Amino acid sequence: MLDFPRWKVWGIILVLAVGVFLALPSLMPESTARGLGLGGMPRINLGLDLSGGSHLKLEADTADLAKQNLAKMEDTIRTEMRRGDTKIGIGDISTANGRISFFVRDIAQLDAAVERARQQTSAVGVTGQRDWNVAVVDSTRIVMTQTQAGLDDAVDKAMQTATEVVRKRIDELGTREPTIVREGKDRILVQVPGLADPAGLKALLGKTAKLEFKLVDLTADPAAVAANRAPPGSQIVPYPGNPGGAPLIAVQRRVIISGDDLIDAQVANDQNQQSVVSIKFNSEGGRKFARVTQENTGKPFAMILDGSVLSAPNINEPILGGNAQISGNFTVDSANQLAIALRSGKLPVALKVIEERTVGAQLGADSIHAGVVASIIASVAVIVFMLVTYGRFGVYANLAVVLNIFIILAVMAILNATLTLPGIAGFVLTIGTAVDANVLINERIREERRRGRNVVQSVELGYKEASRTIFEANTVHAISGLIMLGLGSGPVKGFAVVLLIGICTSVFTAVLFTRMLVALWLRKARPTEITI
Amino acid sequence: MRLLKLVPDNTNIGFVRLRHWAFGLTILLTVAAAALVGLRGLNLGVDFVGGVMIEAHFKQPPVLDQLRGEVDRVGVGEAALQQFGAADTVSIRLPMPTSADEGATNKIVRAVEDDLAKRYPGVSFNRAETVSGKVSGELIRNGMLAVFLAVFGIALFSWFRYEWQFGVSTFVAIAHDLLVTLGFFALTQLEFDLNIVAAVLTIIGYSINDKIVIDDRIRENMRKYRQMDMRALIDLSVNETLPRTVMTSVTILLALGAMLIFGGPVLRGFTAAMMLGVVVGTYSSIYVSSSLLISLGLKPQPFAAAPKKGPASRAERIS
Repeated sequence: MLDFPRWKVWGIILVLAVGVFLALPSLMPESTARGLGLGGMPRINLGLDLSGGSHLKLEADTADLAKQNLAKMEDTIRTEMRRGDTKIGIGDISTANGRISFFVRDIAQLDAAVERARQQTSAVGVTGQRDWNVAVVDSTRIVMTQTQAGLDDAVDKAMQTATEVVRKRIDELGTREPTIVREGKDRILVQVPGLADPAGLKALLGKTAKLEFKLVDLTADPAAVAANRAPPGSQIVPYPGNPGGAPLIAVQRRVIISGDDLIDAQVANDQNQQSVVSIKFNSEGGRKFARVTQENTGKPFAMILDGSVLSAPNINEPILGGNAQISGNFTVDSANQLAIALRSGKLPVALKVIEERTVGAQLGADSIHAGVVASIIASVAVIVFMLVTYGRFGVYANLAVVLNIFIILAVMAILNATLTLPGIAGFVLTIGTAVDANVLINERIREERRRGRNVVQSVELGYKEASRTIFEANTVHAISGLIMLGLGSGPVKGFAVVLLIGICTSVFTAVLFTRMLVALWLRKARPTEITI
Repeated sequence: MRLLKLVPDNTNIGFVRLRHWAFGLTILLTVAAAALVGLRGLNLGVDFVGGVMIEAHFKQPPVLDQLRGEVDRVGVGEAALQQFGAADTVSIRLPMPTSADEGATNKIVRAVEDDLAKRYPGVSFNRAETVSGKVSGELIRNGMLAVFLAVFGIALFSWFRYEWQFGVSTFVAIAHDLLVTLGFFALTQLEFDLNIVAAVLTIIGYSINDKIVIDDRIRENMRKYRQMDMRALIDLSVNETLPRTVMTSVTILLALGAMLIFGGPVLRGFTAAMMLGVVVGTYSSIYVSSSLLISLGLKPQPFAAAPKKGPASRAERIS
């Protein structure tokens, strides 16, 4: 017990010193830390409940994605079967119930048709599964079904892109340190500190920003359009701001140019001082646009955003430079939003807000103030109480508790963990249980003294017997902590992080560190009686 | 300097003797708590039922009934109002709009905030939360799963580490702590949200901490005093650990008390639950779990080698 080698003493002191040093930046305002040259050191993040801001959880519309895939595959099949030297005649193509089904006119071509359809599928994952199943039914009909693996793969890819797009859009807003993480299969968590009004953010993220330019179908009969019936090769799309009155308009199915060919989008003013979005196409897109506008001068074309027409101006002259202007009753804000959305690319899948939490900065500040005050008062109460109960051993325990707080802060800063309000409560509980470890040890020493053992023996037995109990209790605590970390979300997780870190650090400070202090004192003073 | 001792030396309380009374009280408490939860129900927050929550801070405490009528007239569904910490802070809960429209919840929040801002100049809005039904379902499922797994994990640990009786008694004691805590929330109608689930898990952790300390001492004494009667042994173990139990409970209650008074309204329900949990958990470790070991038939020497056959060994066991 008394035998505490020098290297161990210095090792413990070194760990504690590093811990305190690493905790310092988190304890001072950011500007002070930078002023002292500690700006680059890790700091604890404050959760949104402490700093104020918005928390949004977005979920991808996977059903819509499946529908998109189906439509795309239908298109591919139509073109592929017509391609090459031998055209394969197909008919009666339908996409009901998430399947594509069509029949082959010439039975002799059935095998070739299956082969061509198979070529359009691709392998997903490591098992070599295909993303589509191709099957023949009734000996003339081919049915293609998207497999679960294929759908999962599509969702995964779409989510990767979507996360990137969301990141770009939020970065454009110029907010400070947003967190954008993909969660699970089809969700994205967005946290923006300091943003108290999430309506604009939601509007921005809710836009798919799928932009298409299509020619207006002038042959369509207005009565048929009003009844939602389109001529062949055309489709009816909503046109909410139509100056002509009707909220619907017929446009050709063929896309002149889409947002995929876009390289820049900026807010500008037109000749009437109206806000417009000026866009720039890449060279290929510019060429396409030039050709179509040359051929259709004098006719109107529709600018379609997310399936609804913004405006349908006439082509006054061929647009050759690869630049265009999108008009449509914008305010400066809405034009800016659209420009950001277009610049950052279109979302491959629609995102829906399923959870939203906003904390005002004032409440956040009040909470952290209350939390800090409560922590200080709690610590002082515990420290005084330990002191009057255990005297010198209480001082050691208190030193351990204070150092423990520093080390928890340091570990959290290194792990880049987030401190939330429940996390502060976890802190208080950790202080409580860390004290418990020393209470166990000290009570045990009292007991052994009462049984008549000498000072050194009592201390030694006290630490030995109590350490076993502390280990058991901490294991159990860790079990519940790990379960919370694994299953909990938000506040539960924040709490568990602090608890788990506290369990590890409190064993170090409450058992090892105090034992060192006691050993050093016993060795120096050689007391024959101790007050405990 | 004379040091403070909360429990005098050589305290010897006959806890085991009181166990039938304690069991009666425990059953009564548990049944009452279960009935409360069943009859009154818990005041579940938006985390668990979905919907919209707006926290408004008024210049003067508003009249709740009047405010409820005003919010209802905005026409966004039936409002549930609750004072939050202070009289001038009110949490307004509204059902999730049935329309699938993206901006529907935005509109609700906007409409209520605009209306209140007109009627109560100087009102400020601290928080707004929206949780869809799908997410709230997941949250409640994960929350319950976390609690159940934690309880079972801990009981299993006690079983493997000690004897099966310890596992069972621990399980019973924790189930009691859990139910009484839920009963407290049903009684006070404090809002039950995700933060509270964290608190409940902490109660389990704390309560189990107590039980492990006492169980560990029982096991130690079972090895030390192989001939001792089980009742006397458990009384001895509980009494020996009593100073520690009281000391730790008091320190944690001190810390939590500070949180309750100075920690602000957001943490109030959370801290109240934990304080209650400490009291209930301490009670159940002293009176329920250790005494239950006797009823479960824990024998004095489960850790010793199997007794040799023969009259001598039998005589020893009978004594």
